[in-house]
Amino acid sequence: MCPMARRRVLKTTLAASAALLLPLTLAACGGGSDEASGTGGDAGTLTIQDYYNDDPGKTVWEGVYNACAEAAGVEIDVVHVPGSDLISKVLQQAQSKTMPDVLMLDNPDLQQIAASGALADLEQFDVSTDGYAEGIVQASTYDGKLYGLQPITNSIALFYNKQLLADAGIQPPTTWDELKTASAALTKDGKYGLALSAINTYEGTWQFLPFFWSAGGDEKDINTPEAAQALQLWVDMFQAGSISQSAVNWTQADVNDQFKAGNAAMMVNGPWQFPSLAESGVDYGVVPIPAPTAGAPTVSPLGGETWTVPETGNPDKQAKAAEIIKCINSDDNQLLLAEENNTVPTKTAIAEQYGATNPAVKGFADLVPDLRARTGELGEEWPAAATKIYTAVQEALVGGKSPEQALADAQNG
Amino acid sequence: MSTRADAGTLASASDAAARQPRDGVQPPSRGGRPARSSARTKARIAELAFLVPALVYLVLFFGYPVVKNLLMGFQEYTTKTFFTGEAPFVGLDNYTAVLGSSLFDKALLNTVLFTAGSILGQFVIGLAIAVFFRRSFPLNNVLRALLLLPWLVPLIASAAVWRWILDTDYGALNRALQLLPFIDGNPAWLTSTSLALIAVIGVNIWLGIPFNATILYGGLQEIPEELYEAGALDGATGWRAFRHITWPLLRPVVTVVLVLGVVYTLKVLDIILGLTNGGPANSTQTIATLSYVRSFKEFDFGQGAALGNVLVLLSLLFAVVYLRLNRKAVDE
Repeated sequence: MCPMARRRVLKTTLAASAALLLPLTLAACGGGSDEASGTGGDAGTLTIQDYYNDDPGKTVWEGVYNACAEAAGVEIDVVHVPGSDLISKVLQQAQSKTMPDVLMLDNPDLQQIAASGALADLEQFDVSTDGYAEGIVQASTYDGKLYGLQPITNSIALFYNKQLLADAGIQPPTTWDELKTASAALTKDGKYGLALSAINTYEGTWQFLPFFWSAGGDEKDINTPEAAQALQLWVDMFQAGSISQSAVNWTQADVNDQFKAGNAAMMVNGPWQFPSLAESGVDYGVVPIPAPTAGAPTVSPLGGETWTVPETGNPDKQAKAAEIIKCINSDDNQLLLAEENNTVPTKTAIAEQYGATNPAVKGFADLVPDLRARTGELGEEWPAAATKIYTAVQEALVGGKSPEQALADAQNG
Repeated sequence: MSTRADAGTLASASDAAARQPRDGVQPPSRGGRPARSSARTKARIAELAFLVPALVYLVLFFGYPVVKNLLMGFQEYTTKTFFTGEAPFVGLDNYTAVLGSSLFDKALLNTVLFTAGSILGQFVIGLAIAVFFRRSFPLNNVLRALLLLPWLVPLIASAAVWRWILDTDYGALNRALQLLPFIDGNPAWLTSTSLALIAVIGVNIWLGIPFNATILYGGLQEIPEELYEAGALDGATGWRAFRHITWPLLRPVVTVVLVLGVVYTLKVLDIILGLTNGGPANSTQTIATLSYVRSFKEFDFGQGAALGNVLVLLSLLFAVVYLRLNRKAVDE
């Protein structure tokens, strides 16, 4: 009797402690290493943090950093962080006061980080925004102050497989109606007309934006007839079977794989896919995202990363960091970075000149003056709106709701 | 250094232990009282000293995170918090926000379905495999070792492979299904709201079978062979032998497997993130994934912690209820 009872107690204790272990795994994710410390080292060494992990981008950027560091007379220490970890890493660094001296941020994240007070106002370092497209400056401005400077930008457009369209006798679509008929006609023999990413992350929102904005949708209130129209277009193409249902689980890299494998005749994607497409040997063309009606403008989202100077509490280093940022954004470096990374310079004059000499990216270069910043209207509130948008998209595509209902539900949380 | 200190405490402890009974037989009138109490204090201190390493470890790595998580549930976290360190207490705001959100009911239901479905599948198949491997047959050991494979493959890798297998258009599963005459069309395993949860449960069952089979097999090894022989003489073979010999004797192991299984399954995160990321249209969103999204995507650690605490409560509740029921069954 006695050993029996003791075993029972032991078992209860075991089970209870097992239950208590549970939150640890969740809480433990919050910790992490802080190997890169910006405040360590001698005064002449600056830490630069970005998320360019892969070649060719990595080598190109490191080349520019080294040249700029030499010009500024400082040593640098470059840290590449995985893209998905950058923001949590930055928040940890802000907490432990180990921010890097020069920090790259994806442009829609800047406002959130600037709002926390972790970034320095660049105007104190005489950073000028002359010649930059308006959307670019807007994306790096929070509360009237400039916190970042972005050398190159990108956006998304419609890629098409020249062979498949020629075989079907179809011209690249320019309007929504043409897009619908073209994708339907190109859907045959187990292949889909169009591939895009409707995933439940900010990536899915980004892909939907050119349709949403061009139709007149607005992130302040997504429950509008204009937004419903844009969503209806996607729903129609999904229901017609012109887009694979797997698109709700595809990242843009997955979309590119589908296109490369010839499983989709057209795709919505960005110029960062050029190198991998060239490798695959697919003969493709690029046109702007089709507009709601003929002649109407397409509003495309502004992509790319912006460069900031965190508040490290060391004014000398901050001044040097600002110098490096100015150097990264110089006319020559904008051109070099754009060419090597298949992106577009952010100064309108340079973008124009660049588009004239690079026919492959001309479509993207033409977009630069009108690119719309995701944080332009809502600032630090953008992530919440972006979540609503992708939620509505998924609810309408596979959740069985009508576009109007999906948008209304998402807007009301 | 530390070993010498340990040896020291060990020596003094055994010293004290050895002295105590001797003191006990001495008559108290000879002024033995102070000596005895000082010896007792010494023994007491020695006992505590033994506990210290374990206590420090528990407090640091178990107590602190639990308390911190409880507190965080009542605090408001924003991205600003990381820079300023200010996280004001907001009472039950996080809990009202989390429990009042339309997603919570869905996530709770998904959590229950996911856990129940996974445990049922894992346990039944795991037990069947364990019983099967009790017989001796050629390659028994090799096959049993192979059974552990799902455990050895990194989760991210197996999630990627499963994503490919379950792909609607080009996945291996649908290719195989098409060979069957009565299947029409391609089921969208991971991208339809009706199938995604089932697919995720299926993958999690595959993942949990090695754990269940291994522990249950260990339990089966403990049951003496004579019992089956004796049972066979009385006509208990096959199913009756399982029902009346195997099952009752396996009970303690079953308890451990089920309690651990439920706790592990409630908090499953990686496999869902890898397969569907909680989608499509939140159809595989569980409380664990929702807590992850709130904390690490939206950086609202207050709400994330509140959801984490709900999960803790759920697993505690399960553990208590299950153990109660089990105790009753054993007493009967």
